[in-house]
Amino acid sequence: MAADYSQEPILKVEHMKQYFKVSSSFTVKAVDDVSFDIYPGETYGLVGESGSGKTTIGRGIIRLYDPTDGKITFKGADITGKLDKDTFKLLRTKMQMIFQDPMASLNPRKKIGDIIGEGLDIHKMYSTKEERKQKIDRILAMVGLAAEHYDRYPYQFSGGQRQRVGIARALIMNPELIIADECISALDVSIQAQVVNLMKDIQEETGAAYLFIAHDLSMVKYISDRIGVLHLGRMLETGTTQEIFSRPLHPYTRSLLSAIPSPNPRTEKGRTALEYDYATSGLDYDKGTLTKVEGSHYVHGTAKEIAEWMESTS
Amino acid sequence: MSVQKAVQSEYALQQSAYEPSAEDFVFDKSIDIYTDRNYASVGFWKGVFTRFFKNVRAVIGLVIIVVCMFLALVGPHMNRYGYSDIQSVYDQETGKEITARSLPPRIPWLHRMISGEEYQDEFADRTFLFGTDSLGRDLWTRVWYGARVSLLIAFVTIFIDMIVGMSFGLISGYFGGFADDVMQRFVEIANSIPRLVIVGVLATIMPKGIGLVIVALLLTEWIGMSKIARAEMLKNKEQEYIMASRTLGAGSGRIIFIDILPNTIGPIITQMMFSIPTAIFTEAFLSFVGVGIMLPQCSIGSLIEDGFNNITTLPYQIVPPILVLAFLMLAFNFVGDGLREALAPRIEDM
Ligand SMILES: Nc1ncnc2c1ncn2[C@@H]1O[C@H](COP(=O)(O)OP(=O)(O)OP(=O)(O)O)[C@@H](O)[C@H]1O
Ligand SMILES: [Mg+2]
Repeated sequence: MAADYSQEPILKVEHMKQYFKVSSSFTVKAVDDVSFDIYPGETYGLVGESGSGKTTIGRGIIRLYDPTDGKITFKGADITGKLDKDTFKLLRTKMQMIFQDPMASLNPRKKIGDIIGEGLDIHKMYSTKEERKQKIDRILAMVGLAAEHYDRYPYQFSGGQRQRVGIARALIMNPELIIADECISALDVSIQAQVVNLMKDIQEETGAAYLFIAHDLSMVKYISDRIGVLHLGRMLETGTTQEIFSRPLHPYTRSLLSAIPSPNPRTEKGRTALEYDYATSGLDYDKGTLTKVEGSHYVHGTAKEIAEWMESTS
Repeated sequence: MSVQKAVQSEYALQQSAYEPSAEDFVFDKSIDIYTDRNYASVGFWKGVFTRFFKNVRAVIGLVIIVVCMFLALVGPHMNRYGYSDIQSVYDQETGKEITARSLPPRIPWLHRMISGEEYQDEFADRTFLFGTDSLGRDLWTRVWYGARVSLLIAFVTIFIDMIVGMSFGLISGYFGGFADDVMQRFVEIANSIPRLVIVGVLATIMPKGIGLVIVALLLTEWIGMSKIARAEMLKNKEQEYIMASRTLGAGSGRIIFIDILPNTIGPIITQMMFSIPTAIFTEAFLSFVGVGIMLPQCSIGSLIEDGFNNITTLPYQIVPPILVLAFLMLAFNFVGDGLREALAPRIEDM
């Protein structure tokens, strides 16, 4: 997989904020001042505990939500605020999403062919019925489904097959960025590997970039070029997979990594899961800033805290 | 020792019997492994039809409705009598017109067959299947003419439910927020006014008749449907498949009517089927109390009213319209029930 870092990032997220007003006196800061870039052909893994704001970031970028503040640039176009016709079309074709629940994300009343072809229908991307069918058949083959699945309904498929349909629906638009929000969490472990490998193959073939959102760090490690660690709506640490896994600095990142079981029984026996509790950690996320450590490795904290963490890991 | 040898020689025998070659390890491309034929593609509507026609009560209901529709169309033309014609003969001797008032049902040939006698009055050769009313009009003609009104009401109700109620509910639910608030307050206000009050007000500002009944239904009948449609919309619009449509650039119209509507059609059709008998009954009731259909026209309701006035002396007059009304209401309920069961099992298609 060839992430191209010499080019401009395909997606730039700058100081994104997403607040939800729950009541007149209470606002949830689901995403608070998050910035990151994704380069063409790259896979960026977003990890963090439940409620850390991963889904909100994904949906904000693809404009299922309207971000409260910040600037998001996709392929050079500003996709925040009101979109003009061309930007809307760019966003709705070149950026796509693969959803978490393979059952809920397919319309139960529609045939597979029509589910996959919906994007083609909306943007009128074919001139004849045959051309439409051809395009859909080609995508079906690409994700490992057969042409005769065209006329079936979602309930006639297994979970893994349904997720392939979801991938096909995104792929048919020739997207350059695919947001995959926990797209494998609902699948059986053996099927997870299948789907992730399929996604890797597709990336090799099409050069699409991924924003890969997941709980499962081992899967993120396997697929991502770079990783961002999210907690309470903040980006705490980001860097290449190598940088994060070899030298995790932030205590939250370290606790996440320490929770991964090791396949080697000897090391597994010696593994201690670190605990992290924001309330008792003595950290104040409001005081810190995202600071460069080295290369593309950034960590969030005050100068003093960061120096301390560097000390203890060197 | 010998056992081991035997085993060895058997092994050798197998070895010589089959020598695996490289070809055995090449995939057989002649079989398309992707073709699984376990699941034939059964369309959603095909499944609904099968389930519906397996349901005896639903089929009975459907048959009754079809027969009633057929008789409403053809019945009034099956004899020479018009619905408002008073049947009479001109008596040559007295020079008087004798009208066929309040005759019980009569079929001359059947009477002849059973008793061997002819009727002895002036109408001996005429057939009145349901008899005649107190003015001398043929009840068979009038009952089926009246059934037309009931069926017209049924179709008007379908129209009101589908166009007004469903759209109102779907749109209110989809857009949510302020639009939903305003629309729901409107529903609450409309819902809080009793139907009879609306009819009373209408009766003072417009002529009585079928028009009044339709306007009254138009003002009240859509509310139930709009609630069902809104609830279904709220249930569906947060689903991931709708988000998927939005990330593909689908507009509101497409999402409401192409993506969500087919998923809500079960409850909507069912609600419609149950609202038809209510509407038919409302018409009958309004005609019964005298603000519905106007003479000499008739509807099932006005016929029942006529019959009710004479129930002690001429009880047979009330039987045909009451039976038709009862059968129609029962039939629409049966069909509604059948459709609900046929459309409902979404667990199966998950
Ligand atoms: N529409 C909303 N209204 C109010 N609060 C919301 C809304 N959506 C999300 N939140 C809140 O924002 C925070 C982040 O939610 P989000 O769904 O992004 O988390 P997540 O990291 O995706 O979690 P998970 O791993 O469980 O999917 C949560 O505290 C959630 O309660
Ligand atoms: Mg999530």
